[in-house]
Amino acid sequence: MVIIGAGECGTRAAFALREAGYDGAVTLVGAEAHLPYERPPLSKDAMVAPEAPSIKAISDAARLTEHRIDLLGATSATSIDRANRSVRLSNGSDLDYDKLLVATGATPRRLPLSGLGQRCVYLRTFDDALAIRAHLRQGCHVAIIGGGFIGLELAASARRLGADVTIIEAQPRILMRGVPEEIATIVHEAHAAEGVDIVCGDGIASISNDGTSVRITLASGLQVTADLAIIGIGAVPATTLAESAGLTLNNGIAVDAQLRTSDPDIFSAGDCCSFPLAIYDDRRVRLEAWRSAQEHGALAARNMLGAEEAHACVPWFWSDQYGLSLQIAGLPDEGEDTVRRDLDDGAFILFHLKEDGRLVAASGIGPGNAVARDIRLAEMLIARSAHPDIGALAAPSVKLKSLLAA
Amino acid sequence: MSDWIEACAADDIDEEDVIRFDHAGRTFALYRSPEDEFFATDGLCTHEQIHLSQGLVMGDIIECPKHNGRFNYKTGAARGAPVCVNLRTYPVKVDAGKVFVQLG
Repeated sequence: MVIIGAGECGTRAAFALREAGYDGAVTLVGAEAHLPYERPPLSKDAMVAPEAPSIKAISDAARLTEHRIDLLGATSATSIDRANRSVRLSNGSDLDYDKLLVATGATPRRLPLSGLGQRCVYLRTFDDALAIRAHLRQGCHVAIIGGGFIGLELAASARRLGADVTIIEAQPRILMRGVPEEIATIVHEAHAAEGVDIVCGDGIASISNDGTSVRITLASGLQVTADLAIIGIGAVPATTLAESAGLTLNNGIAVDAQLRTSDPDIFSAGDCCSFPLAIYDDRRVRLEAWRSAQEHGALAARNMLGAEEAHACVPWFWSDQYGLSLQIAGLPDEGEDTVRRDLDDGAFILFHLKEDGRLVAASGIGPGNAVARDIRLAEMLIARSAHPDIGALAAPSVKLKSLLAA
Repeated sequence: MSDWIEACAADDIDEEDVIRFDHAGRTFALYRSPEDEFFATDGLCTHEQIHLSQGLVMGDIIECPKHNGRFNYKTGAARGAPVCVNLRTYPVKVDAGKVFVQLG
């Protein structure tokens, strides 16, 4: 079994092959030189840790050895020979497979402008994080292009280090994609209260740099000068390898409910693939989320071994900024009606329902993990296609767990 | 053996639920199972130091509120990614409606 991509998804898949009892060879091919590591801390703890951070390893070398997972680090796959079931590696060698998993992830969407220079950076890898961290200090000015999760988490980290921060978002508000306005407003207010300058509804006309600073000119004519510009305008699936191998693409590598590509011996999972989401009548989605990467990895592994199991998970996502944590289960844009449940300390949850009362998503925000338990229970209700009582959803005194029994 | 510490009243914990208990600078999680038995573990997830008391109890599983790491709270066994380090458990007894923990 060969797995291309040693991120959260590929690494999880490697272990899942062993958990499912597979005894043959497992090779995990990773482009980075590090051991497999967790990416979520890169925009948060790794930025603000007082000491130089190290990777948060998903698995140490001993555990890989114990599970007989052969990690080829600093190596990428350059082509797939599907007829001979073989992968050509960047070191020139060939690796034969019975089943192949392509878990190549996503890469930051590039800003299609010239003149960016070295002071305009992206965040995807641990090394990217170290480079950004080296610039952040008290009183420096950071421009963040894109008011999505990466940008907002980096803004919060930069403020904690005493940097001045300007966020530039082309859309009319931050978090346009996938986050209800009521929740985005809370996030916006939290950043404003921390002194972050947020500019929405203004695109970027041009960028120039003189080697030590970046000058950003907005469509409105407004100019922002910064020591560093961090670009966080989304991610694109890493499909070059799959495309050159002739696999079917559709907003990423197209897979079926079992995460199988158009080649029955090749599976794809995680950020790089789009798949039919059963809970929404097989709506095709591509997710960029830590937990779905894990779930995909585990599912792909079982199916590589012939389980023929269909994806049945509910998307789930979180973000931490300052003391606030946001969690979303399901995709809120599926909802037609909203019911609000107010918890302690200003925390609240929005339940998103279809017209017929079916719960399709829930989004919540609050201090610490205030919304975690209810979001988790909502996720279980969503998975069951429940039609919960609206009065019970709105009443914090009614335990959501009691609705699961109904 | 160390002393039994009185932690709370049995009624302070709902069935199939968990509460936080802090003692002498340490934090613990106390559980009441669906079978009405009581258990105690360290209070923080072994993955990222999150309070398990805000997590969800399902049967004999506690799930961390942050990243859904799972443990069997009766044995402390790690039961799913991202957790791979077991949780320490402590003896519990109930006497006259009070829950006592032996913290050791």
